[in-house]
Formats: sequence, structure tokens, C-alpha cells
Amino acid sequence: MDYDFIVIGGGLVGSSIAYGLSQQKYKIAVVDGGDRSFRASRGNFGLIWVQGKGWNYAPYAQWCLKAANLWPEFNKQLSDESGIDTSYQRTGGMHFCINEDEWTTRQKMLKNVEQHTNGDFKYQMLEHAELKKRIPQISKAVIGGSYSEQDGHVNPLNLLQALHQGMMNGHVSYLPNQKVKNIVSKNGAFYVESANKTISAEKIVLCAGLENQRLGEMLEMNIPVVVDRGQVMITERLKPFLNLPTLLVRQTAEGTIQIGDSHEDAGLDDGTSPEVLKKIAQRAVLMFPFLSQVRLVRAWGALRIMTPDHNPIYQQSEKYAGAYAVTCHSGVTLTAVHAGPISRWIAGKLDDPLLKHFSTERFNVQDN
Amino acid sequence: MFRTIENNHATVSITIEGNPYVVPADISVAAAVLLSGFKKVRNTPVTNSPRLPFCMMGVCFDCLMKIDSAPNQQACQIIVKKGMKIELQDGASELSDYL
Repeated sequence: MDYDFIVIGGGLVGSSIAYGLSQQKYKIAVVDGGDRSFRASRGNFGLIWVQGKGWNYAPYAQWCLKAANLWPEFNKQLSDESGIDTSYQRTGGMHFCINEDEWTTRQKMLKNVEQHTNGDFKYQMLEHAELKKRIPQISKAVIGGSYSEQDGHVNPLNLLQALHQGMMNGHVSYLPNQKVKNIVSKNGAFYVESANKTISAEKIVLCAGLENQRLGEMLEMNIPVVVDRGQVMITERLKPFLNLPTLLVRQTAEGTIQIGDSHEDAGLDDGTSPEVLKKIAQRAVLMFPFLSQVRLVRAWGALRIMTPDHNPIYQQSEKYAGAYAVTCHSGVTLTAVHAGPISRWIAGKLDDPLLKHFSTERFNVQDN
Repeated sequence: MFRTIENNHATVSITIEGNPYVVPADISVAAAVLLSGFKKVRNTPVTNSPRLPFCMMGVCFDCLMKIDSAPNQQACQIIVKKGMKIELQDGASELSDYL
């Protein structure tokens, strides 16, 4: 057999799991797509976000909080190991509300998260005056917002690079530009076939984002995947003014402002559209009027990988021992649990009582 | 280092970093700054390293300058005008530049 593990997917999810496995000294191959692949890990917003996550599903609320709490130590280890600064900061995070409805809805969501985590999730609802003290540029249109000290942000591109550097240091074989044509299980080994090669391993982990549904079928696993496009706008660099991220606007360590929080069903089109960009810009300018004068330098679309209920899937194949699938939206936030507990779970060294809530069983409930 | 090929241009007066310069009337701000002998047009926001115009065709964004109080302008895409006030772009722009 060529490897102990084949991880399919070299984005944040696959890389963090392969990095975690490499720390345990396994022999690993990462099979990745190419430049034409959909790349959620290159297009995302860089939030490490707890507030609101899992408001309607307690295990996910607990899981996100666990990930965010593991982040400081994980980041230190990754930075030391890779020599790459990810710009991770646990600054706290803010979400703005522009009317009473948004405020009430937000408050209810966060109350749920607080209950789901037995009070471990910490947040405050801040009225306009208190918000303005912390972020003086905020406009009157923002009536208030929610703050959680447990949120933070990171440069997602540096994070991906650091994980890849960590994989290289751990002697992971990185195989890019591979489209997986077939996966076969034979005599206790998995064979992964692409156009120009076949490699084998004892265990296999599907972390291929939107491709997981197709790859799952090869192993008789049902991995339902839903596509959700987000669009992002990037401004010229500004001196620091926003010292913590919000769901709509964040300023990077380099000074760029990222704007965007759209959700739309655009199939597999990862482009941009003027209508959506206009709406995003209008909301951003409503909150920060000075942004109307700031130049935009780029915009892009990227496809979120969602599941039908928006909660992650951690699934071990029932039919093929040693086959696993990981599908989730929050690849940045969850990086710390993927490199940590999930890579140990896949290695058969750890079970986490939360994981049973993330199996695909939950989609098999019959309607009647 | 740079000089004009022809010397029968109409000229305009501009200021660069507060000092007066007379330059050909139909050239870009980037060309005017190069012609006036400046060794940099900006410092980069992250590493504070000096930059001069590079591509001269609107692609590389290395010629960003503060022009008539507007920050981060692409100097190679703007033609000089009489009385134009040109300043070096020192790192990222200030919030106060937009207020």
C-alpha cells in the first residue's frame, strides 16, 4: 500500500486534517484539484466565528465554540511549525442591527446559543451609544449590535499556506491537478484513480467540498451538498480603523476592507453580479458612510459548501471501514478542530460524543 | 534619469510635495514625477518599502499618489493639470482623507 491515508481535497478542510494526521507521523497523500476547481478556501471572509452559529442545533453551537477556543493554541503551534504568520487575532466580533426586528431576532439567536452551550458562549447586546464608543465611524442607522469576545479573524490565504507548509514539513505527498475518476475498495485498501495515476491507502478521507457528493457515491455514502454563493468586495488599503471583524465588513491586518455577506443560489456560477454587489455596498455604506468615497479594487464570488441543514457532516462509512467524509461550511473556524480532534478521530484514537450528531443519519428521517 | 524627447511642449505648473515644478502639459502625473527626479512616489502600507511607477499603463498599482487631496490615485492614469497638488502616498490612506 502506498499510504496510510489518502485525503481528497487540499483546501482548508483537507489540509487541516492532513496536517493533523501528519503530526501523528502517518504516511499521507493529499489529492487536490487544480486552478479551475471551485475554491471556497481562497474566496472566503476569514472569520473565526461563534456568535449565532448553531442557534438551532446545539451540537454545532458547542462544536464551533470548541473550535474557537482551540484556535489560540492551534495557531501558535501552526505558526511555529510553518514559520508563517496567519494574522490570527481573537479580537471579538460584532454584528450590526439596523432595526428592531433585526435586534430581536439576533437577541433570540444568541440566547439560544448561550443555552446550547450551557452559558459558555459569552455575548452582549450593545445599543447604539455603546457601539459608537467602540467603533466611532458607525452611522446612526445602526441601532445596535451583538458582540462576542469569543470571535476573531485570520488571513485565510496565509492560513492555507501555513497548513500546506506544515504538511510539507510532515512529509505529506501533495498531488495537485488531480480529478478523481474512481475510488475502489479492494482487499482492505482504497484505490484512488485519476487520469494519470492510481494510489492506494488503508484509509481515505473525503474533504473535497462540493465534490464530496460525487465522491461519496463511489463509496456508497450519501453526502448531501448544497451550494450557496457569496460575493465579496475589496477596497484599497486604509490605515486601521476597525479593530474587530463584523459579519459584513472586516479590515485585514494589511489594511484592506472586505465587504460582503450575500447568500444566493447561483448554481455552480462563482462569478459576481451587479445587483448583489450593489445591495452589499448599500448596506455597508449605510453602516459606514465614509465607505462611499473609498475605492474598490476587486470583487469576486465564491461558492459556500453547505449541507441541507447547514450543520457539518462527519461521517464514517458503514460499509467500508476506514472511509470518512467531512463536509462543512465553516472551514476557517473549524480548522482547529479538524487539525486536532477530527484528525485523531479519523486515526481511530479518539471519539467525541458530539460527533454522532454530525453523522448523515439525521438526513434519513422519513417524511410522512 | 528621465528627460523629454522634444522640448517644444506646452507646459503647466504643478506642485509636488509642496514645491513648484513646470512639466509638459500632456503627460501623466507619474511621468511628471519621474521627470522631476523623485526617487519614490509612495511607501507600501505593509512593509513601508519605497515604490516608483512600474507599468505606466494602469495595471500594477505601484504609482499610487495623493492627487489634489484624493488618496491612492493611479498617477499613471491621470494627466497633469495647471495647479495640481501632488503628494507622495505614505502607506495606507487615512480615514480623514475620505471625511
